[in-house]
Amino acid sequence: MEAFTTHTGRAVPLRRSNVDTDQIIPAHWLKKVTRDGFEDGLFEAWRKDPEFVLNKAEHKGGTVLVAGPDFGTGSSREHAVWALQNYGFKAVISARFADIFRGNSLKNGLLTVVLPQETVDRLWKLVEADPAAEVTVDLVERQVRAEGITADFELDENARWRLLEGLDDISLTLREEESIASYEARRPSYKPSTVAA
Amino acid sequence: MGRTLAEKVWDDHVVRRAEGEPDLLFIDLHLLHEVTSPQAFDGLRKAGRTVRRTDLTLATEDHNTPTLDIDKPIADPVSRAQLETLRKNCAEFGVRLHPLGDVEQGVVHVVGPQLGLTQPGTTVVCGDSHTSTHGAFGALAFGIGTSQVEHVLATQTLPLAPFKTMAITVEGELPESVTAKDLILAIIAKIGTGGGQGYVIEYRGPAIEKLSMEARMTVCNMSIEAGARAGMIAPDETTFAYLEGRPHAPQGADWDAAVAYWRTLRGDDDAVFDREVVIDASALAPFVTWGTNPGQGAPLSESVPDPASFEDASESYAAEKALEYMGLTAGQPLRDIKVDTVFVGSCTNGRIEDLRSAASVLSGRAVADGVRMLVVPGSVRVALQAVEEGLDKVFTAAGAEWRHAGCSMCLGMNPDQLAPGERSASTSNRNFEGRQGKGGRTHLVSPQVAAATAVLGHLASPADLSDAAVSTPVGA
Ligand code: SF4
Repeated sequence: MEAFTTHTGRAVPLRRSNVDTDQIIPAHWLKKVTRDGFEDGLFEAWRKDPEFVLNKAEHKGGTVLVAGPDFGTGSSREHAVWALQNYGFKAVISARFADIFRGNSLKNGLLTVVLPQETVDRLWKLVEADPAAEVTVDLVERQVRAEGITADFELDENARWRLLEGLDDISLTLREEESIASYEARRPSYKPSTVAA
Repeated sequence: MGRTLAEKVWDDHVVRRAEGEPDLLFIDLHLLHEVTSPQAFDGLRKAGRTVRRTDLTLATEDHNTPTLDIDKPIADPVSRAQLETLRKNCAEFGVRLHPLGDVEQGVVHVVGPQLGLTQPGTTVVCGDSHTSTHGAFGALAFGIGTSQVEHVLATQTLPLAPFKTMAITVEGELPESVTAKDLILAIIAKIGTGGGQGYVIEYRGPAIEKLSMEARMTVCNMSIEAGARAGMIAPDETTFAYLEGRPHAPQGADWDAAVAYWRTLRGDDDAVFDREVVIDASALAPFVTWGTNPGQGAPLSESVPDPASFEDASESYAAEKALEYMGLTAGQPLRDIKVDTVFVGSCTNGRIEDLRSAASVLSGRAVADGVRMLVVPGSVRVALQAVEEGLDKVFTAAGAEWRHAGCSMCLGMNPDQLAPGERSASTSNRNFEGRQGKGGRTHLVSPQVAAATAVLGHLASPADLSDAAVSTPVGA
């Protein structure tokens, strides 16, 4: 996983709440067996509309998505995160994320930043007025900065450390082999097994 | 301080706990399907890792599988490639797989419980958000992403930060015509699609205790639609009776030891929940959705709401967008909404009781002209049971299509889809834009409402069938 320290880029205002993962990447894209090549599926239905924000020339190349509350609800598909990353997004800002989506994004190095809706509103206004305005998402300082806006955000220390170091969860867990083996040794015999029927 | 049910199950699975770090939890059962696993197996292969516990892992094919002509090669090459990838991965890594055509094949959340693999006090994960279904047994069961699928394959554990706990107590008794589906749709409408965010919901109270295991699964299945990580119901005699004798249920001395443990799986009297909600079951009625998220629902007797009537600005905006997409106008009675398609199936309502309930409404009646009705059993076992009870005949005699098991029109990854602008009454769990096919419009309903809607051609409950001479229930 790529480490995330700080990122500065243009922001894309997505004025929609409850954006579910079916919207982020529709089901027919889920048939792919790789982790890349999802960029054209991102918000596929909405992108047919020339007025949709991603289609506007002034927002091309944006890397920070600023979305309404309850972003990433619905299906657990990690493809939603890959699609956002394949398209070029490095961070998503919203007042509230669905849990599974948030977990998935942090595991892939896509930073999800929770800010109050009021700050999201100010970011929307700023980048709508000036699409070239830059937004900095700083994980070291845990702060989002843009012209006239400085907002601190929270992220638990462990998740932050993993992102900053770009650490892969599996290798970290494999260091716990002894604890896992000792747990396995004390599991009761009545626990289900998929083999012995 | 006392602990809730979720806390007890959590504590029993902690492999390692350290200050400032997520707990490392042991996973008892890992279910796989073709859609969310290929990239995980690929990751293992690249890192030279193996599947740690193939004996705690089970795969089925469900999302892409066709429901017609299953003996012919799958027409869509991309779907076929995904199924073939799962077969290849399972063979290479030694994972048990129930492919299309196998007698144990079906929707992953129907297969686990019916094999007796889903048991009280276990941790169950799957790369699928409706894993919450398994919580009906008092298991801590939740959906995970593909990176976590890879993590569980490699280590049989997951690092997790604790969830918050919410109790939803359902007082009173459900009126006769009201089902578990109506109950959960009403709960979601009440707490909202984000209301359960970060929580494990524990459903309890007299109305929950009276539910069958299958009805409990319907309730827990849709916990995710309220934003919750998981839903749980404390195991009781109903749970034990359902499990006893199933292929993977414990036997002999193991059964006794297991039941003794399962009986301890109740929240302590002094356990404290982070949030509590109380619902009066007796006040509920058949419920349908009018919008594009499962929280946008109302009793069938009401009308499409006016977006301006929502206090919250973003809800009101969402309602406006939803009505536009759904092609509905505020004030229109829900009963006047005409449908082209009726879908009975999915991991929410594709089990035998659901089929019985739809069949009992359809028996001796006919699907309205111009309406297509698809009945898709949740698994091959459910299908076989239905055939044994003659339910398939009831459906086909009424003019419905009796299909092969799978996810089917729940998400339309196979050919079973709505055409743009088409409208369905569906017993599935998501009415998102385009979920059942691009431009398709979905109303979530119970199996009974689905059947009555098929007969009348517009959203309806069995009570609306004027030939109210109640037909003989089938298979009861
Ligand atoms: S039936 Fe629907 S909700 Fe259930 S696993 Fe299949 S696609 Fe997902």
